[in-house]
Amino acid sequence: MIQISPHAEAALTCTLDERSLYLRRLVLGSVRSAGRGHVGPALSLIEMVRVLYDDVLRIDPKDPRDPDRDRAILSKGHGCLALYALLADRGFFPLSELDGFCGPDSILGGHPEYGMVPGVEASTGALGHGLSIGVGLALAARMRERNYRTFVLLGDGEINEGSVWEAAMGAAKHGLDNLVALVDYNKLQSYGPTDYVLPLEPLADKWRSFGFAVQELNGHDVGTLRTVLKQVPAVPGKPTAIICHTVKGKGLPQAESNADWHHKNKLTDSELDAIRVAVGDF
Amino acid sequence: MRNTAMNMVHKLAGRDERVLYIGSDPGAGTLRAMSKEFPKRHLIEGISEAHIIGMSAGLAMEGFVPYVNTIATFLTRRCYEQVAVDLCLHNLPVRLIANGGGLVYAPLGPTHQAIEDIAIMRALPNMTVICPCDADEAARMMEQTLDWAGPIYIRLGKGGDAVVSKAEHGFEIGKAILMRPPGEVLMVTTGIMLQRALAAADLLAAQGIRAGILHMHTVKPLDTAALLQAIRGVRLVATLEEHVPSGGLGSAVAEALIDKLGSGLPAMLRLSLPDRFMHNYGSQDSLLKKHGLAPNAIATSIERALASHTSPQLHST
Repeated sequence: MIQISPHAEAALTCTLDERSLYLRRLVLGSVRSAGRGHVGPALSLIEMVRVLYDDVLRIDPKDPRDPDRDRAILSKGHGCLALYALLADRGFFPLSELDGFCGPDSILGGHPEYGMVPGVEASTGALGHGLSIGVGLALAARMRERNYRTFVLLGDGEINEGSVWEAAMGAAKHGLDNLVALVDYNKLQSYGPTDYVLPLEPLADKWRSFGFAVQELNGHDVGTLRTVLKQVPAVPGKPTAIICHTVKGKGLPQAESNADWHHKNKLTDSELDAIRVAVGDF
Repeated sequence: MRNTAMNMVHKLAGRDERVLYIGSDPGAGTLRAMSKEFPKRHLIEGISEAHIIGMSAGLAMEGFVPYVNTIATFLTRRCYEQVAVDLCLHNLPVRLIANGGGLVYAPLGPTHQAIEDIAIMRALPNMTVICPCDADEAARMMEQTLDWAGPIYIRLGKGGDAVVSKAEHGFEIGKAILMRPPGEVLMVTTGIMLQRALAAADLLAAQGIRAGILHMHTVKPLDTAALLQAIRGVRLVATLEEHVPSGGLGSAVAEALIDKLGSGLPAMLRLSLPDRFMHNYGSQDSLLKKHGLAPNAIATSIERALASHTSPQLHST
């Protein structure tokens, strides 16, 4: 069985504040409108994305291509509902776009597309690509002597991909301390538990051995996320990996750690009622 | 051809600070002079092709023009999804310099023989596919790559291919070169099959058969206008390629003719490698010969095809 770290236990019991609930309402509203969506992978990400976009990234929604902006890539592209909620809420595009999710005339697909969605830095969804692109962005900053930083959000299932570890070696080789990998460690991938599908432990040691400065935290603890993410690089000369212990489906009791909520094709009336109980009207 | 293309990366780097060389684990000393002159823009990133493609995408997003270089099969088979998504979907100006297109690595066996690379690169939206025929053309081609908007796959031969291209023909991506005016036959070639076509045309001429040659160095986008112009009045269009029959030059030409003509198609002969992996070693030349792609076999195949099409199919467009 997978080891339950104190961070993972804390993630299970973490209470969500009003903003986290509000963002979940946006995500679930998109799912209700579209009749589909990756619910679990988005809900585990909310606090990570929230802290990035609210408190850490140097970005201007009015100038999404500002050369000096920080770059953020959602490598686990199927978690895009969390990203869309934040981008819309921060003014990159109107909130009304969220209702069109996956629709024929929408800019918002089931995986984020570069050039379609303001604020999306790369088309992702094919897993295992984002960290390499992030290495390129971070290396470009180094070569051009620019001080933007690059953040890449990875899924735990995603890091099954060998290309992630190729990228990790490359990042360490170049000493990219302007690069941060955040792992959404919710311990559940599409088929089932990560320790059944392909065990990842000892995960922190893996990243450490690949040359990263590693931090572990409760990925739903906004305060800790804020503190840690504001202190990157953790070690000068090293890329940073932040392992965020999370709960898939966090905030919806029926979805939490439940593989059936990885992707939803429709929501029943009773499920909609249960969502209202959990997050309020949405 | 290979050394010339590499040296052109160095030359372009001297002219434009956007240019990067990114190798996986190339031969010792590859572009050593560039590594000394521009050490920050000469990157050796290890045998991690999937990562290198993604990394080059990130660099291209920030305004660099990366020239990624390794063996052709690794740039095509190994990291196809990265090429498709990171480069083509984002339409980024990354140049894939593929060593050993076709059968260059004959002695090393099927893992190193790029016999289907044109097909799989051609299938990708936004990808440009170029197969220069010799070192001189490779140099002219590389000059054109600096400001091309999207990704390019560059299929290189090896050192020592006979130089048959001519400076006066120039080079423009997507523009075929008419090397010999068409007669009864038009041969359409790409890459080093041009050398074989020229020799085959001489053999055919000795038999009283006039054969033209259209050098299609850019397989995608295909120069359909030049093709339609060159096939006027010919009885036979023969495509020559160092590639399996599926999806390469012959397919591209056939598709273009069907799309543009629909009916009244000229007789076509597609000369290629067979649809199988090569289980013989030897040399590039010996394998080409074994599979009917040496000049005399090409000439013989064309003579036979002409004989089987006794009613001249005069096509006009």
